[in-house]
Amino acid sequence: MKEFFAEFSKDFTQSFIEADRWKLYLKGIGVTLEVTVLALLIGLVIGLFISVVRCLHDQNPSARRNPLLRILNGFCHIYTTVIRGTPMMVQLLIMYFVIFASSRNQIMVAVLAFGINSGAYISEIVRGGIMSVDRGQMEAGRSIGLNYLQTMRYIIIPQALKSVLPSLGNELITLLKETSIVTVIGLRDLTKAAMLIQGKTYQAFMPFIGIALIYLLLVLGLSFIMNRIERRLRVDER
Amino acid sequence: MSAEKRVVIRTEGLEKAFRRIKALKGVDLTIKDGDVVVIIGPSGSGKSTFLRCLNRLEEPTGGKIFFNGEDITSRGSDINRHRQKMGMVFQHFNLFNNMTIMDNLILGPTKLLGLSKAEATERAQKLLDRVGLGDRGANYPSQLSGGQKQRIAIVRALCMEPEVMLFDEPTSALDPEMVGEVLEVMKDLAMNKTTMVVVTHEMGFAREVGERVIFMDDGQIMEEGTPQEIFDNPQCERLKSFLAKVL
Ligand SMILES: Nc1ncnc2c1ncn2[C@@H]1O[C@H](COP(=O)(O)OP(=O)(O)O)[C@@H](O)[C@H]1O
Ligand SMILES: [Mg+2]
Repeated sequence: MKEFFAEFSKDFTQSFIEADRWKLYLKGIGVTLEVTVLALLIGLVIGLFISVVRCLHDQNPSARRNPLLRILNGFCHIYTTVIRGTPMMVQLLIMYFVIFASSRNQIMVAVLAFGINSGAYISEIVRGGIMSVDRGQMEAGRSIGLNYLQTMRYIIIPQALKSVLPSLGNELITLLKETSIVTVIGLRDLTKAAMLIQGKTYQAFMPFIGIALIYLLLVLGLSFIMNRIERRLRVDER
Repeated sequence: MSAEKRVVIRTEGLEKAFRRIKALKGVDLTIKDGDVVVIIGPSGSGKSTFLRCLNRLEEPTGGKIFFNGEDITSRGSDINRHRQKMGMVFQHFNLFNNMTIMDNLILGPTKLLGLSKAEATERAQKLLDRVGLGDRGANYPSQLSGGQKQRIAIVRALCMEPEVMLFDEPTSALDPEMVGEVLEVMKDLAMNKTTMVVVTHEMGFAREVGERVIFMDDGQIMEEGTPQEIFDNPQCERLKSFLAKVL
């Protein structure tokens, strides 16, 4: 028993304390969060855009005759199909080694790759939210003279986003965990930090169990924040 | 006094088909300034479809609609601009759930009519007071009763200062004890010479407030006249049997 503790504390010191290794984890957390949050923002913008294009196309018989909208809608369709039909890891590799082959800005590449990926999923989430808003809301908006996009912006999208907030929270959490594959383009995120330290100390247990716990805490923290926001919004209208 | 009244809306052979179903089979109707037109008829006779065609929430499949003399079914016409001048009140209120009552009321005036927030708020507050809900501006729709929601919905339409108000069974979704408060507001509008087209099953309202009553059946206007003519001296068989059922 005593030996076990001695061993444990030696491993712990080696993996976290020696050579200020904890700083590596901290930096890793920073990178992980940065990629996650920026990617989510990009994903939200892309997702909103696509869902509005697709709803505009599906809901308005007259707008459908507009060739520009048809091309845009077709493009959105292909985009979501391709993104959802290929592995994230492959998308990341293509982004880094093919599309931005000349750039070594790994954070930018990772943010773009995850943002573009997340946008496809978020567009489906938001589209579901838009569809779930009562049809009467759109009709009421149009009846006072707002055009389609104004009605979307002021009335439909706020309600849609609120109703899909839990799903967006899930997307954020998925994104956080998925960013661990940025190690393949050499970005020093939380996972990469553990791998680097394992390479130095030849200890696998401490760094990997350690970052598992850190990821878990981050996820729990995000869930907590999302819950708070949801509750706030619900109270707002009671 | 009885100088010729201005025509606000005129439909010519208005038709609407939903795939195979012909909901409107050529409706001709003229609505003049200050008219209170009540449309009655059995369920499925095309009353809602007719009303919704007037502001093109449904696209007519035939015929023409003239609003202030302009053919609003023609390609070049800007329907959003015309809708600002046609208030609509729905059976299910359709207040904007994400906004307070006051924001519901000032959205159109600020975004479309170019009013400042203060101007729009002042206008909305006056109308809120008029329908007895002056203290409800800060509430959300979910905090109101059905009758209150419908009165707010009427105010929301009025805030745009429309030239005509379209009502589609405004009291049908209400608990019986709330019907009166909404009809009161509508009566008040009618007395103030608001041009109104009202689809309703409230025969008492039709008789008392309507200046002209239209009986629709099977996508057509079957009979048209003063409340006395329609209710006391119906001509066509279908109107007689309809009245026998509802009175
Ligand atoms: N969106 C729609 N799609 C298909 N059929 C419809 C639609 N709206 C109305 N109809 C049909 O058109 C006819 C007239 O309906 P409506 O105007 O709602 O009648 P009313 O308001 O007099 O009860 C009905 O046969 C109804 O089933
Ligand atoms: Mg109806």
